[in-house]
Amino acid sequence: VVSPDQIVARAFLEGDLHLVRVAEQLGVTAAEAVKALRISAGSAIGEGELLAELRSVWGLFRSTVQAPLTGTVDFITASTGHLGIRAPKRELQLRAYLGGVVAAVESDRAVVIEAHATIVQGIFGVGGERIGVVRGLPVAAHEVVTEAHLPSQGLEGAILYGGCTPTLAALQKAARGGAVGFITASLDDETLRGYVGYDIGVAVTGDEAVPMSVVITEGFGRLAFSERVLEVVRPLEGKQAAINGATQVRAGAQRPELLAVATGAPTQPSVPSMSLQPGCTVRLIRVPYFGEYGEVEELPAAPQQIATGAYARVVQVRLRSGDRVVVPRANVELAW
Amino acid sequence: VHAFTEVQELSGRSIVTEADPPFVMTGSDLTHGIDLYLSTSSAGGGLQMLVAGVVGTITAESAERAALGAGAIVIESVSADDGREDHERIERIRHVKPDIVLLTGGVEGGSSQHVVEVAEILVAAAPRPRFGSTLKLPVIYAGNSAAAAEVQRILGSLAQLSIVPNVRPTIEREDLGPAREAIHELFLSHVMSHSPGYGKLLSWSPVEIMPTPAAVGDIVQQYAQQTGFSVMCVDIGGATTDLFSVFPDRQGEPRFNRTVSANLGMSYSIANVLREAGTAALKRWLPFEIDDNALRERLLNKMVRPTSIPQTVEDLFVEQAVCREALRLALAHHRALSVGVEQARERGIADIFRQSAQRYELVDLMKLDMVIGSGGVLSHAPSRMQAALMMLDGFALEGITQLSVDSIFMMPHLGVFASVHPQAAREIFEHDCLVHLGCAVVPVVAPRARLSGPLAQVWVDGVLVGEVVRGEVTSLCTGRTGSATVRVVPLHRAVDVGAGRGAPHQRTVVLGACGILCDGRSRPLELAADTVQQQERVYRNLGLL
Repeated sequence: VVSPDQIVARAFLEGDLHLVRVAEQLGVTAAEAVKALRISAGSAIGEGELLAELRSVWGLFRSTVQAPLTGTVDFITASTGHLGIRAPKRELQLRAYLGGVVAAVESDRAVVIEAHATIVQGIFGVGGERIGVVRGLPVAAHEVVTEAHLPSQGLEGAILYGGCTPTLAALQKAARGGAVGFITASLDDETLRGYVGYDIGVAVTGDEAVPMSVVITEGFGRLAFSERVLEVVRPLEGKQAAINGATQVRAGAQRPELLAVATGAPTQPSVPSMSLQPGCTVRLIRVPYFGEYGEVEELPAAPQQIATGAYARVVQVRLRSGDRVVVPRANVELAW
Repeated sequence: VHAFTEVQELSGRSIVTEADPPFVMTGSDLTHGIDLYLSTSSAGGGLQMLVAGVVGTITAESAERAALGAGAIVIESVSADDGREDHERIERIRHVKPDIVLLTGGVEGGSSQHVVEVAEILVAAAPRPRFGSTLKLPVIYAGNSAAAAEVQRILGSLAQLSIVPNVRPTIEREDLGPAREAIHELFLSHVMSHSPGYGKLLSWSPVEIMPTPAAVGDIVQQYAQQTGFSVMCVDIGGATTDLFSVFPDRQGEPRFNRTVSANLGMSYSIANVLREAGTAALKRWLPFEIDDNALRERLLNKMVRPTSIPQTVEDLFVEQAVCREALRLALAHHRALSVGVEQARERGIADIFRQSAQRYELVDLMKLDMVIGSGGVLSHAPSRMQAALMMLDGFALEGITQLSVDSIFMMPHLGVFASVHPQAAREIFEHDCLVHLGCAVVPVVAPRARLSGPLAQVWVDGVLVGEVVRGEVTSLCTGRTGSATVRVVPLHRAVDVGAGRGAPHQRTVVLGACGILCDGRSRPLELAADTVQQQERVYRNLGLL
């Protein structure tokens, strides 16, 4: 049995190679630099140790090159007068991420962890894998999260959830307080830019240097938290969970997630169908109905002309407001 | 199997079997089965390469052209003079995971030292191959042959090195062929062979599997060669925009170039177009007002839900505005890399002492005969006029240019088909693939010339059909199809329509749904402050509103 933050694998990676331009540092030709070397390929050296020494004018003037780091001389190139120093190997540790039972170990490659788990998949996120304790915010599903919704204490190690379109000040306060994750419905584009420090142009994220991973479940703009998602997250209150903002929309698609060991006995998920069919609840994902929910009424087989003039396969949806709309099938998502 | 089943359903022919291969090969039987199976691949996002050279504008640029011409995406270009410190280059290279590295540098008989230094940087960075983590990184060395042994010694532990003739044997001469062939071979043996099902596909096809962009490049080159046209072809996808062109160099030889703008696309990288162009640049193409935040949010939502499609006219125009900016940025990138090098006999003693090649831009829009648009936003635009206007605006075309689109993105298939049946491929290309929209007529007014009234007259098959009006975009002869001789006569001495200032110019074009698109706006294309009203007028004139 492993916990999410338990180390399940470690490896020793080859150290980085640092280039030392001996010829340039001594101000001599490559051949003279090689003659001045006081070490040979394969030598172990310590930081500050003498690599090359040049004496001129009957030994009155002395120029030296010292090792910038501890390591091993990997190569010496006669034609450039350069050498490479390989830093010592470094240890890489891999944590379990999901707590559970180790079901299999594939020697030198992988470990399989099994658990009865709850997963919430977001649509976009930033920041990498983190482990924390799930904590709800006192904010309604459609309400903007501000600093006032954040407690002044107890944020350390928390994965916060709730509300929508948090202000930048709210995100920064949560991060400053030590929260490791933040799940909310939607995000304003300026807030995202302010939080990561630059515009995100391509949906490949996860490596941002942010202190707290952020995951949104609905999209950009002001969109309310889905009640269905809240139903799944609420029972995790106070429990340890893993969050990962890494998103890759293209090939090998990856969406951000919250992952936690579920409580109680495993149950069959109450998902009616994975395919679009009359009666399904769908979320509309394109203007002018972006963010609205409705029920599928009809799925006409033949493509129909839509307002843009294009022909597309469509679906007729009855919105929660009671209005009936016909939209391209590409513009709805199953929402259960 | 799904794809074969779909072809079977659409064609009504019996094709699929339970066996391997899952289709029936029947040779000349007209009733069922297929004659030939061919394949191109853009598996895993295509072939990704790192290129390195000594001088950015000489060897590194040649390496980039070699890689792009072979169908690769250049994810990083490193040169000894790129202004970065060693640690910055090393850090950057460590973060990329190329499929193949192309290392160049130095001319034959020149210094070896700098290219060896670049090899040292490479070994210090030790980039890992994207596929097959246990394999050595494939590196092609196409630099000064005198340094090959030293490069081999330095890179030996890191890479599987292939040594090919220098891409830049002299400053004035570029020889990309051997490097391109080596890239193609390594693509097949190292990249494709790691793709699931590759062996199976290979066993079904009588010819090798080509990278998809290389196949498009082949058909563009063949078409340019057969027609003698200067051609530019754009393929704008969800993540990248590829531009292919064939323009003559100063010796009159057709020169092929391809560039990939890796992060300019209509879905996965749509937000990057926004980032590079800015909201103001996107909004100048819209015939309505939109709030900056709302625009940004729409595009970010498209990025995270890339398969959604516009369902309002306003939303469609927003995506088409993004397309215009992606085309504009991709063309700027293409122009920068598509350069010719002056031959030695044209250069003076001073140039030779300067040891820098005299570069000149190959792309000349005034000389461009034909532009071909491909990719969903162009091929499947609800109206052909929208596609024509996106290309006219995005590329800021000049002179008389034939406008066409690829009907259903057939070009890569025809590119590989041409390696087996060139004549059949050409016929399909001309009759089924290319959809001729018409032509653009764009007079260019000399800088600082103050003109009033119409800029030029347009004659079709000897009949005056209309005029190009300053500042306006209009269409003539819409609905007329087939071949026609378009003669454009400047009405001022400061106006150039392709034959020099004040001179009439004529070309035979194929007219289509858009007729003759007359653009009287200034070049470089600068839109007035009241862009919404101006765009509204353009859209209305062309029947798009």
